[in-house]
Order: sequence, then C-alpha cells, then structure tokens
Amino acid sequence: MKVLIIEDDVEAAAYLRKAMDEAGHTADVAHNGDHGYAMADTGTYDALVVDRMLPKRDGLSVISALRAKGDMTPALVLSALGEVDDRVTGLRAGGDDYLTKPYAFSELLARLEVLLRRQNGVEQETRYQVGDLVLNRLSHEVKRADQSIVLQPREYRLLEYLMRHSGQVVTRTMLLENVWDYHFDPQTNVIDVHISRLRSKIEKGFDKPLLHTIRGAGYMMRD
Amino acid sequence: MKRFLAAFNTTAARLSALYLILFSACAVILVFYMTGSAARFLVNETREAIAEEVQDLGGVYQRNGLRVLVRDIDRRSRRPGANLYMIADNTGRYLAGNVIALQPGVLDTQGWTEKPFVYARFGDDVAVINDPEKAPRALAQVIVVNNGMRILVGRDLGEPQRFREIVRQALITALGIMAAGGFLIWFFVGRRALQRIDRVSEASARIVAGDLSGRLPVSSANDEFDRLSTSLNGMIEKISKLNDGLRDVSDSIAHDLKTPLTRLRNRAEAALSGDPQRADYRTVLEDMIGEADQLIKVFNALLLISRVEAGFSKQKLDEVDLSAIAAELAELYEPLVEDAGMTLVNEIDAPLPIAGNRELIGQAITNLIDNAIKYGCKPDGKITISAERAGGKWLRLAVSDQGSGVPDEDKERVKGRFVRLDESRTKPGSGLGLSLVSAIMGLHGGDLTLEDAAPGLRVVLSFPVSKS
Repeated sequence: MKVLIIEDDVEAAAYLRKAMDEAGHTADVAHNGDHGYAMADTGTYDALVVDRMLPKRDGLSVISALRAKGDMTPALVLSALGEVDDRVTGLRAGGDDYLTKPYAFSELLARLEVLLRRQNGVEQETRYQVGDLVLNRLSHEVKRADQSIVLQPREYRLLEYLMRHSGQVVTRTMLLENVWDYHFDPQTNVIDVHISRLRSKIEKGFDKPLLHTIRGAGYMMRD
Repeated sequence: MKRFLAAFNTTAARLSALYLILFSACAVILVFYMTGSAARFLVNETREAIAEEVQDLGGVYQRNGLRVLVRDIDRRSRRPGANLYMIADNTGRYLAGNVIALQPGVLDTQGWTEKPFVYARFGDDVAVINDPEKAPRALAQVIVVNNGMRILVGRDLGEPQRFREIVRQALITALGIMAAGGFLIWFFVGRRALQRIDRVSEASARIVAGDLSGRLPVSSANDEFDRLSTSLNGMIEKISKLNDGLRDVSDSIAHDLKTPLTRLRNRAEAALSGDPQRADYRTVLEDMIGEADQLIKVFNALLLISRVEAGFSKQKLDEVDLSAIAAELAELYEPLVEDAGMTLVNEIDAPLPIAGNRELIGQAITNLIDNAIKYGCKPDGKITISAERAGGKWLRLAVSDQGSGVPDEDKERVKGRFVRLDESRTKPGSGLGLSLVSAIMGLHGGDLTLEDAAPGLRVVLSFPVSKS
C-alpha cells in the first residue's frame, strides 16, 4: 500500500515512514499543507495520513479540498485535539478516521488497513468466513464446522466486526468505537472480557484457535 | 523624624489640617469683625459724650458769657477722670484747660476733628506729642468763639483702644490654644491611624512573604479599620484554601506522574545494566509502552477535565436518552463485573430524555462503574444503576455499590483532582475519575453528590430535566 504522510513534525514523519516501510508499505512525506495537497492531487495514493495542524494550510482544509474535487482517497486525521467535538469536525471535513496524538503505531496501522479494506468493498459481502467459522449477515447465523453457535446481539456484532477485518489487527479502541459507538479510552479491560466470552463460545470444543490476541496491539481473526 | 512626618501624611491628618486652616480663617475674620465693631461702638459713645458736653457748655456761654464759661471749663478740667479741655487764643496759644499741647493744626478748623489726634496733658511732658508711638490720642470738637478764642472739648481714646487690644489679645490667645489643641489632636489621630496601618502592613508583609496562616489584626473597636481587616482576612482565608488545593494538586501531580516516570526510567536502566544477551528487551519495552500509555491517559484525563470545565461545546448538548446510555454501559460492563465476582443490575426501565452529550455522560457513568468495581468490591456484591425523577425538575441517576463507602468528611474532597483516599492508594487509578465526572455534571448544569447507601456508596448524577 502506498501512503502519503502530511505531517510537519520532521521526526514524527520520518518515524512514521520508517515504520510503514517495515510494515511492508511505501510512504511519501509532505511537511506542509500546500505541498501535501499538491502531492495528494497529482500522485496516486491508497491512503492519506494528515496531521490536523499544519503550516500554510491546515489538514482539514486539505482533505475537504480533495473531496471537493472528487478525490475519495481514504484519509486518517491525526490531531492533538482529541475531544468529541474535534473528532466530529474532523470527520465532517471528509476525514475517514480520527486518531489522537500520542498514538500507538499499531493503532495507526490497524486503522489504515481497515480504511483500505473498506475501499475494496468488503462491506458489501453477505457472508464472512474464517477457517471453518462462517457468519451469515443475512440470517445472522453463526456456524462452526456446521455446528450452530448462539450469540447475544452484542457478541454477534463483535464477531461480525472482527470477521469483516479478518487478517487485520483490530484494536480495543476500534472495537469500542465500532461495536459500542463510544470514543473514550476504556479505563479497564472491559473489551478483553467480552472477547474472552466470545472466544469461549466460538472456540470451545474446537482445537484450532481463530481469535488471536496480538500483544501490545489488539486482536485478530485468522485461520 | 521620618515617622513624625509620616504621621501627618495620613488621611486623618490631612483632614484635620484642612479643618484647622478653615477654622483659623474664620477665626481671623471673627477677630477683626469683633474688635472693629467694638471700637466703633466706643468711638460713637465718645462722640455722643463730647457732643452732649459741648451742648452743655454752649448753654453756659449763652446764659453767663465767656468769663463764666472759662471758669466752668477750668473747674471741669480739674475733676478726676475729666474729659479733655483746652482754651487757646486766636493764635492757638494755651490759656487754660487740662490739655497743654496738641498736634499742630487741630485747632484750625471748627467742629469735629477728622482723625484722632495726639495731645499732651497738663503736667505731662510736652515733648510727648512728637512721639506718635507713646502719645495719647483723643477725639474732640473745636469751637471758635467770637473774639477768635478756640475752645476744644475732647475725650481720650485710650479706653476704646485698650478695650480693642484686650479683645484682640483674648481672641488670639483662645485661637492659639485651639490651634495648638487641633495640632496635637491632628498629630495623635494621625499617629494612631498610622500605627494601625503599620500593624496591618506588617501583617500583610508577613503574609506576602509566604506565611498564609497570618491574619490582619482586628481590634474590639469594630471601626472602619476592623471592618476592612475582617474582609481582607476572609480573602486571605480563601486564598489560603485555594493555595492548599493547588499544593495538593501539584503534590499529587508530582506523585502520580513522577511515580510512573520513575518506573519507566528504572525499567530502561535495569534492562541496560543486565546481561545484554539474556535481557528480554521485548518484554521490557512492552512494559514501558504500557507505562507510557498510562501516563498519556492521565494527561488526557487532565486535559479533558480542563476543557469540560471551560465549558466546551455547551451549546452542542443534544437530546439524549439517559436510560439508553445506562443500558449500553451496563451491557458493556456486565461481564467485567461478573468476572470480579459481583453482579451489575440496571433498574432503569423508562426512557429518561435530557439535554446532554452522550460521549461525556457515557464517560461519567463508566468512571462510576469503574470506581464501584475497584472500591465497592465485595464477594457477591451488587452494583446497581437506578434513576428517579426528583420534583419534576431533576433526573437523578445513581450508581450504588455495597463496599465500604466514603466517610462523610471526604465526600466533597474526593471530587478534587488527584484526590485519592488513603485506603485506595494501593489500587491502580489516577484520582481523576470523580473530578472528571464532576466537571461533566457542571457542563450539563447538573450536580454530583455522594450519598451513603448503607452499606456502600451511592453516587448520584442529577441532571436538569430538559425543557422540550
């Protein structure tokens, strides 16, 4: 994946680019809003990482200018402003996701990959499968090795989200945001408990684990 | 000397100085007016007496002729305390009477002398008329008789002048005494005011130097100084309380942020000093990231509190259903509470519409449930979320536990930033949870109260009922 990083902090940008390289992606860097806009406008990128406060032209105006020209490249907004209303303004300006500084790189990467997957149209699939676990989005049925598994509505939504992003790291914050629709940091291991309940339902009696814990990052559904 | 001068440089002293000057001006006018009118009165008396005598002597002259008149005048001039008489020939030479010499020219015009004149009495030194300082003065009427002889009838002005002098002296003395008294009062009043001001200044200097326990002196007089000191003392009290609060917060910041920073550093140091081959760098680094994340959380919480307290997005309160938020969070936390060996019961069954921010209210309820799990922990304990309408104006949402509760004296204090009760210091937490809840309730125009659930703690969030 080819990413454009628009970030004025030289060191942070260099670190991001290096981390992207290590994760197997390529990244270009722009250090101000004007330059970033020009690069995004002319180049072909799979995703944009845009700092909100930039010299010359702020990040949100870069994104809304691109959107106005019909450029729908997924954009992730980085900001030191992390409050609820800041997030809303960020998303309204055309950003696809919003991440507050300081952030964990794993969180950034996980969110970027989710954004890309969204581009590829996974959303529209009616059936998700990981190994022998199948989730039918039309009938809301979950089966493993043809055995029906009964889930609570919230557990179903949790599993649905994890399976939609199978093979990708999904962080706890992403789960709280997408399954529960709350944007604060869970103070305790609330999400972990839900995961372990879900895990016991889909893995009990089966040899092969499907829901993996990725240390320091989150969880991943993987065959 | 400087202090002496300073005594006059006070408001009281300046006021008394002003009064003294006004009083003196009035007194001077009074002295002149009184002495002047007294003198005029006496001069008029003198003129009347002279006029009477001249009329008397005129009668004598008409009835008995000049000879008898001269004899009569001569007789009158010998009486003790007599008026002034002089008979002179047409050249002004002395013939008879008790006045032997006169200021020249007095006898030239008939009638009243225009001004008081200088004279010498019979038997006195004639030369005295050349010394206007010492010579007596008189007022007289001059009559020119047919043969050119002049008769002068007058009266000495010494008495009215002495009287005027006495009145003036008396007034000046009295005013002098008053002025001296005023001056002394001025000095003492000024000095007393200055002393009290000095005491207040000294006390405030001590307070400024950092001794906030000091208070300004208040006397039993309950005068304007005392009233001022009392209100200033109230202010110092408030400052002192705020200062204590600030110190508590900075102490806590020092503790709550330094401790994880120190741990962070120690871990890095320990990893470096160990055997580099065997050191499990991965674990150490992961731990350090966890530690750093905790620090970031504390900072985020602090920032969120200040932003909420500053009233951000107050205008962006939407219509939200409190019961829905409570239900969502109960569902989110239920497994965690169960894992802790307790049960979470949500008793809310009816919609509770209010004007609010869903995220912030969610954060607030989350903090309360977190606290209940951490501090209300008891085997088979129950955490209850309930709600009630209070008087049509308030919606009260309560999170209760069955733990050891919070002592009454700490119920207000725990809402402060970084405040953690001693029993809870050993458990993880930042001491910011309730202060964030308190700030969020402030933003919603509501209130956070801690109540006794007997046993346990009931934390109540009171929201104003939305108007629509």
